[in-house]
Amino acid sequence: MNALKQYIDLFDEYRDLIEAQSPALLNTLRISAREQLETAHLPRKGSEDYEATDLEEVFSHDYGVNLNRLPFDADPGETFHCDVPNMSTCLYYSSNDAFHSSPTAERNIGQVVVEPFSMAAVDYPELMTAYFGKLAHMSDPTVALNSLLVQDGLFIYVPDGVIPERPIQLVNIFNAALDMMVQRRLLIVVGKNAALKLLACDHTQSPDYRYLNNQVVEIVAMQGATVDYYDMEESTPLTSRVSSIYVDQHEGSNVLIDGITLINGFTRNNYHVEVNGEHAETHLLGMTIASGEQHVDSHTFISHNAPRCNSNEMFKYVLNDKAVGAFAGKILVKPNCPRVEAYQGNRNLCGAPTAKMYTKPQLEIYTDDVMCSHGSAIGQLDEEALFYMRTRGIGIDEARRLLMQAFVADVIDGVRLDVLKDRLHFLVEKRFAGTLSNCAGCMQTCRPNNNNQ
Amino acid sequence: MLIIKDLQASIEDKQILKGINLTVKPGEVHAIMGPNGSGKSTLSAVLTGNPAYTVTGGSVEFNGKDLLALSPEDRAHEGLFLSFQYPVEIPGVSMVNFMRTALNEKRKYFGQEPLSAADFLKLMREKRSIVQLDNKLASRAVNEGFSGGEKKRNEIFQMAMLEPKLSILDETDSGLDIDALRIVASGVNTLKSKDNATIVITHYQRLLDYIKPDFVHVLYKGRIVMSAGPELALELEDKGYDWIKEQVDSQQ
Repeated sequence: MNALKQYIDLFDEYRDLIEAQSPALLNTLRISAREQLETAHLPRKGSEDYEATDLEEVFSHDYGVNLNRLPFDADPGETFHCDVPNMSTCLYYSSNDAFHSSPTAERNIGQVVVEPFSMAAVDYPELMTAYFGKLAHMSDPTVALNSLLVQDGLFIYVPDGVIPERPIQLVNIFNAALDMMVQRRLLIVVGKNAALKLLACDHTQSPDYRYLNNQVVEIVAMQGATVDYYDMEESTPLTSRVSSIYVDQHEGSNVLIDGITLINGFTRNNYHVEVNGEHAETHLLGMTIASGEQHVDSHTFISHNAPRCNSNEMFKYVLNDKAVGAFAGKILVKPNCPRVEAYQGNRNLCGAPTAKMYTKPQLEIYTDDVMCSHGSAIGQLDEEALFYMRTRGIGIDEARRLLMQAFVADVIDGVRLDVLKDRLHFLVEKRFAGTLSNCAGCMQTCRPNNNNQ
Repeated sequence: MLIIKDLQASIEDKQILKGINLTVKPGEVHAIMGPNGSGKSTLSAVLTGNPAYTVTGGSVEFNGKDLLALSPEDRAHEGLFLSFQYPVEIPGVSMVNFMRTALNEKRKYFGQEPLSAADFLKLMREKRSIVQLDNKLASRAVNEGFSGGEKKRNEIFQMAMLEPKLSILDETDSGLDIDALRIVASGVNTLKSKDNATIVITHYQRLLDYIKPDFVHVLYKGRIVMSAGPELALELEDKGYDWIKEQVDSQQ
C-alpha cells in the first residue's frame, strides 16, 4: 500500500486543471515534487523520527481535493464573529483552502502586505520568486505532496523597518460538507529590523467530516527582525494536521514560535529552524493538552550554523485518557560556532495510566565552548499536592485541574502578546474544565453555520 | 465533637496506630505529645483521610458523622482542618486562586453561591492580618519559596479563612523562631472559641506556653498511654519520655 499513489494519480490525471487554477510560480515546483514522490513512501509508525506516528494511515483515507477551486463559503466572516474587539487584530480567514480578508485587515494598511499567492505573484513577483519553496525540504514527502497539489497560499511581507501596530490573526476554518484534504501554504518574509506578530488559529466547524490539513510554512527573518508566530489548533477528533514550519534566521533576528494544541484528532508538527546569523535568538515553545484519543507529535530541529546565538526550547504535554504524545527534539551546533547557548526541555504529565508519551531529546555538537543542555521528564500529578488541596476542601477533580493548569502556566507566560496570554490562561482553564467550545479559541464566537446543515 | 474509638491504621502493611481512643468536645484544646515514631503524625493523616494510610479497625465520629466514610475534601467541608508539619509547595497555583477555590467549594457543598471577588479579597485582607502574613506572599504560588516560618503562618492563615470546627496543628512549632511562634500561637488563640476545638501535636512544652491545653495525652507505640491535665506537659519537659516508656514496656 502506498497512500501517495492516489495523489500522484490524481495529479497526473488533472495536471492541466491544477496548473490552470494556480499562479505560474507554484507550477514550477511540481515537476521536482512529482519526481520526489515517485520513489517516496510516507513514514509508518516505528520508522526513524516517527516512533509513535503513522502518516501512511492518515493520508490513506479518501479525502476530497478541491482542484476546481470551488468556493465553499464565500464569506467566513459571516459565520465567524469577533467577540473580543479589544484584541484589535488584523483578521484574515481561510475557509478550507481559500483566503479571505476582513474589514479589520485594513488596520495595518500601508504597513504589512497580506495577500493570497495569486495576487502576490503579480504584486511582488521578485520576493515570491526569491523565497517561495526555498526553505522547505522536498525530501519530506508531505512537503513534496503539498508542493505537488498546492494551488494558492498566503504571503505575508513586512518591509524593512516596519513595526506594525497590530498583530495579524489568521483564522483557518474547515467547514466543507465532505471529507477534504487541503494544502495550506504560508510564506512569511519579515524585513530588516521589522517585526511581525502572527496568530494562526486552526478550527473545524463541522465535527462530522474528516479533514486533513497538510501545511507548509516558510518564514524568513531578516537581519534584526522580530517574529512571533503563535500557531494554535482547536479542531475536532476527526481533524488531522501535518504541519511543517521552516525558519531561516539572519543576524540578530529574534524568532518565537509557539505551537498550541488544545483539541485535535491527529497532529504532527515539524519545526525546522536554521540559525544562519550571529546573535540570533530562537524561542520554540509548545503546549499540548490532549485527552480522548488525541494524538500530538512534535518534531523539532534547530541548527546553529553561526556563532553567538541563543536558542530556548520548551515543550509541555498534559495527556489524559488514551491520548498519545510524542516529542523528538534535536539541536545541532555546527563546527566553528562558539558561544552558542542552546537549551531544550520537554516535560510531560500523564494524568491517566492509559495515556502514552514518547520523548527523544538529542544534542549534536561540533564546536567547543558552547553551552547546551537537554532535559526530558514524564511524570504524574504530585500526590502530596493533591492531598494538601483536598484537605482544604478542594475536590479531587478540581485539584487535578488546578495542578494541570499550573503545569502549563510557564509555557503560557512565555507568550509575548499580553492579550493572548490572558486569553490562553482562560482557554486552558476552560479546556481542563471540559467546557471549551470549538470556536472560543481565537477570540471569535461561533454562530451556527447554516451553510452546511 | 470528635469521638475516636479503638482506631487502628497501617501504612504499607506496617501497623502504626494500634487502638487510639480520644474524645474531644467543643471549646477544648488537646495536646498530643510523644517520642518520635509514636504515631502522632499518622493520627493526623488518618483523621484527614490521607490515602497513603489504611484504616484497619475502629471508628471515628465527627459531629455525628462517620468521619472515615468521608472523602478528604468532605471532611474539610464538615469542619476538619490540618495544619501540616511540612506544608506542600504548589508551583503555578496562586494563593488567591487556591483559597478562592477552597472557599467556593465549601460554599457549594452547603448550597451557597460563590463569594464575590470583592468580598473574597476583603476576607483575605482581614484574615491575613491575624497572622501578619505579607500581602506579597498571598499573591505568590502556594508555599513556593516561603520560609519555614512563612509556611506555618500560611497554614494558620488558611485555617482562619476556612473557619474549621476542629483544627489539628501538626508540629506547627517546628522550624519556628520565637517571634514566629508567638505570631502563630496568637493567631490560633484569636481563632479559638467555645464552639471549636484544637488538637496540638508537639514534641515540646514550648508551644503549650502559648496555646494552653486542657488535656495532655502521651502517644507511644500507636496507643495513648497516658492522659492528664496541662501539668503533664511540664513533667515531660522535666523528665523526658523514658519513664513512660519503661512503664509501658514493662506492662507488655
